[in-house]
Amino acid sequence: MIQVRNLTKSFGPLVAVNDISFDVERGGVVGFLGPNGAGKTTTIRILTCYHPATSGSATIAGFDVFRDSIAVRRRIGYLPESTPLYPEMRVREYLDFRGKLRGMSRQDRTTAVRRATERCWLGEFIERPIGQLSKGMRQRVGLADAILHEPEVLVLDEPTIGLDPNQIRETRNLIKELGEQHTVLLSSHILHEVEQACSHALIIASGKIVASGSPKELRDRFSSQGQVIAEIQAPPEDVEKAASNIPQVQGAKASSVDGWTHLAVTPKPDADVRADIFRMAADKSWLLREIHREGATLEDFFVQVTARQQDEQRERVAGR
Amino acid sequence: MRNICTMAQRELGAFFLSPIAYAVNAIFLFTAGLAFGLGTFGPGLEVSLRSLLDFWIVLILVFVLPMLAMRLVSEELRNGTIETLMTAPITETEVILGKFLGALGFYVIMIAALLLYPIILAVYGDLDVGLLICHYIGLLLLGGLYLAVSLFFSTLTKHQVIAVLASFALLALMTFAFQAMSQLVEGWPKVVLQQLSIRSHFHDFVRGMLDLNHVVFFLSTTGLFLFLTVKLLEVRRWQ
Repeated sequence: MIQVRNLTKSFGPLVAVNDISFDVERGGVVGFLGPNGAGKTTTIRILTCYHPATSGSATIAGFDVFRDSIAVRRRIGYLPESTPLYPEMRVREYLDFRGKLRGMSRQDRTTAVRRATERCWLGEFIERPIGQLSKGMRQRVGLADAILHEPEVLVLDEPTIGLDPNQIRETRNLIKELGEQHTVLLSSHILHEVEQACSHALIIASGKIVASGSPKELRDRFSSQGQVIAEIQAPPEDVEKAASNIPQVQGAKASSVDGWTHLAVTPKPDADVRADIFRMAADKSWLLREIHREGATLEDFFVQVTARQQDEQRERVAGR
Repeated sequence: MRNICTMAQRELGAFFLSPIAYAVNAIFLFTAGLAFGLGTFGPGLEVSLRSLLDFWIVLILVFVLPMLAMRLVSEELRNGTIETLMTAPITETEVILGKFLGALGFYVIMIAALLLYPIILAVYGDLDVGLLICHYIGLLLLGGLYLAVSLFFSTLTKHQVIAVLASFALLALMTFAFQAMSQLVEGWPKVVLQQLSIRSHFHDFVRGMLDLNHVVFFLSTTGLFLFLTVKLLEVRRWQ
């Protein structure tokens, strides 16, 4: 659905996007993840035909963003980061205007505006001037505008920024729902969000794609180091010895914490030793009050890859 | 074409929702009314808007129309709505033409209110309808050119005040200064300055002469500024 090939964009001496290539298949929610200033918004602006690229190409639904710009723009719905809207217009007027720009007939517009406002919980605010709405409401108006014409591709730039926790959850659910019918490209610097809402994630840092895969795949590349933590009532030396004897365990460490023994176990790659530890405690009739795996999050992975990228860049600059 | 209409409708609607547009219209009607009451409406004076249009209306429009047009693109640049607008399936040409026509629509409503003056005059003497039509054609062409120049500066900057001041400067130069300067020189510079002076071209409409030469001047200069505005908007996106 979206094809990006060797895309580069520079603003004078600053290279915002550096030779990136990726593909997005039809359907599903794709997360575009990176720290602030990594080039997410620039890439999105190229895909939505707002900025032309310096070199390279991008196509959406088979249309080139530069040569068939109007055809691309007909097929995308875009929510920019700051949700720019006309404050003097009423919600319904604004959506009607946007529908007209997309060439929808009067009848289509009436039904589309009703459907979009219902989906974005805007029903009761439809006659309110946009300038009087709160930040969260405005975000919904922007989202309603993006889905108004049932576009093939939805591009959402930081859609949950500035929302309260309830609104964030609602918006995330809506995005997941939209992912069933549309191809959604979602940019964010909040990892949690991408883990929850996306079926695929691209991590961008310093203008380059540094990793790509499903959130689970990305996490798994990291989770071999996920430790298992248990709290057992027994002498630490005994616990450490017994845990080291479990075949799947690579290393075990025990320490005493207010009368209980805190056990940290590093399992071998791809092994789950939680059941083994329970059995060990049960066999020895030790009291076990807690057992859990330290989940390696996408966050750990993200911090690692972006830090590596920045180090490389620093070396490049130093070597010059 | 459809997009131009959509854009023009939205701009015209935005004027009616904007306090600035009402203030601008109020200033226009007040100053025009003052000039009419003091200069045109009196015993022994001619039953036409000639003296009013020849100087006062031109002067007022030089100040009023840039204020009307300043928000057209500047505001979109400042609010960032230019991004949602230019990622919708609409071309730069359609955006600029739509905005121009929307502002022109508001201007037509403004000058239609001036029709009250000839109606008042008609009570006291015979009104020359042909002359009046000629005046309105002139006013429409003049306003169109002023709006096109103001639209150009509105696209140049996101600061509305800068857009207004730059428009004032260029319009005052083209309307009054070129004419005054042409008195001071001889030979071809005089001809060039006269040809570029907006007021000299407008003068014949005030006298009741519909000369194709002047119509072409207004239409081509307006077209030139609209073309430059479209190019400016395109260039902005490349930066």
